[in-house]
Amino acid sequence: MKTLFARGPSLLSRLVLALACSFLLIFIDHRLQAMKPVRLFLNSLVAPVQYLAILPEQILDGLSESLKTTSQLSDENKRLKRAILELQGEQQQLRFLQNENKRLRELLGSDARDSVRRMVAEVIAVASEPFSQQLVINKGTLSGVYEGQPVLDSNGIIGQVQDVGGNTARVLLLSDQSHAISLRSERNDIRVLAQGTGDIGRLELMFIPHSSDLQEGDLLMSSGLGGVFPEGYPVAQISSVVRDESLPFATVFADPVSALDRVRNVLLLWPSQGEQQPIFDEDEE
Amino acid sequence: MIVVKPGFITLLVTYIIALTLMIMPMPAAFDTFRPDWPTLVMLYWIIALPHRVNMGTALVLGVLSDILLGSIVGVHALGMVVVTYFAARHFQRIRNFALIQQALVIAVLIFIKRFVVFEANVFLHDAEFTLSYFWPVLTSAIFWLWVFPLLRKVRRRFGVV
Repeated sequence: MKTLFARGPSLLSRLVLALACSFLLIFIDHRLQAMKPVRLFLNSLVAPVQYLAILPEQILDGLSESLKTTSQLSDENKRLKRAILELQGEQQQLRFLQNENKRLRELLGSDARDSVRRMVAEVIAVASEPFSQQLVINKGTLSGVYEGQPVLDSNGIIGQVQDVGGNTARVLLLSDQSHAISLRSERNDIRVLAQGTGDIGRLELMFIPHSSDLQEGDLLMSSGLGGVFPEGYPVAQISSVVRDESLPFATVFADPVSALDRVRNVLLLWPSQGEQQPIFDEDEE
Repeated sequence: MIVVKPGFITLLVTYIIALTLMIMPMPAAFDTFRPDWPTLVMLYWIIALPHRVNMGTALVLGVLSDILLGSIVGVHALGMVVVTYFAARHFQRIRNFALIQQALVIAVLIFIKRFVVFEANVFLHDAEFTLSYFWPVLTSAIFWLWVFPLLRKVRRRFGVV
């Protein structure tokens, strides 16, 4: 029988020990960046919790799917068929344009644009603290996902892969405070840097001179500079431009084109000539 | 052979549920108000069983939170450890408070935890202050009014001592 007293070290010494451990962990992870192998292991360790977290949603989805009436289903079917037809039409045009573009680029002697390989992944968890905006997706190293990989949804770029586990990967969203992306205005090719603000659905454009010809409503595409994101995908739209001459730069905010708080399925991209290649499951494609 | 103390499974299950609730996808409108589940559950166990649940648990739960939330490993652990100290130091006092008073104490503790985590983020990568990060202080205190009786029931039902 243990008495009330004399149970190991005192609370204060335990506190000191635990604080030392935390500081050590922070130091190892942040300053030495030496946690990668441990992180991979821990990410795989907590993956079941992440899969558990989406279980209720999946069950509800399944229920609502099975409770749909025939007319709802046939309506949806019709709508989807029409959408496919339209997209196929556009794709034919796209093929033609791609070929033409390639030929013209060859004539000019510049490199042909690479096509990319894609894989669909599902969002299984969100980390929604103002200073860490991330998603967890259900594909990892086993599917060929790599660090720094661009991630899109149906509207545009949403972020990049930050770290990878066996079956999961963590996506850093554009709106994270530590994330910045190089963009180009579609209207006039002005290059800008967009940094996350920690507010989902708002990016801040940095170092914009007051004389710059950016306007509200301008669409910003990825510029391909920096080598992480491929060129030419829509990213954000300018929502406000404030030219306060007392500040060194204009204050410009942009809204991401995809609703980052509502993403459910994402697209992973692999450049066709990169070292990394996607690894598809047997039952997919 | 590993000897499992009675009630270990129960503790583990409550932690796993808390961690799951922490990362469960939710509509953005509720997301800001999501209570700080792991801290809430851990605080209950510290107050109920301070000889069993303290610094070690706080450290492990903190590191798991860090991994699940993708922050720098050790940041949440730091916050958890600090509140654990206060809760474990004053557990007898907190135990004897009325539920409402307890909720106020919990609010203060969760505020301290969030403040520590926030300051650590400021130190590590110049995070900017966002008020929304402190909404869970309020919701956690409100949820305590249900979490406390529920976990007490769990503790008695499964004989965790």
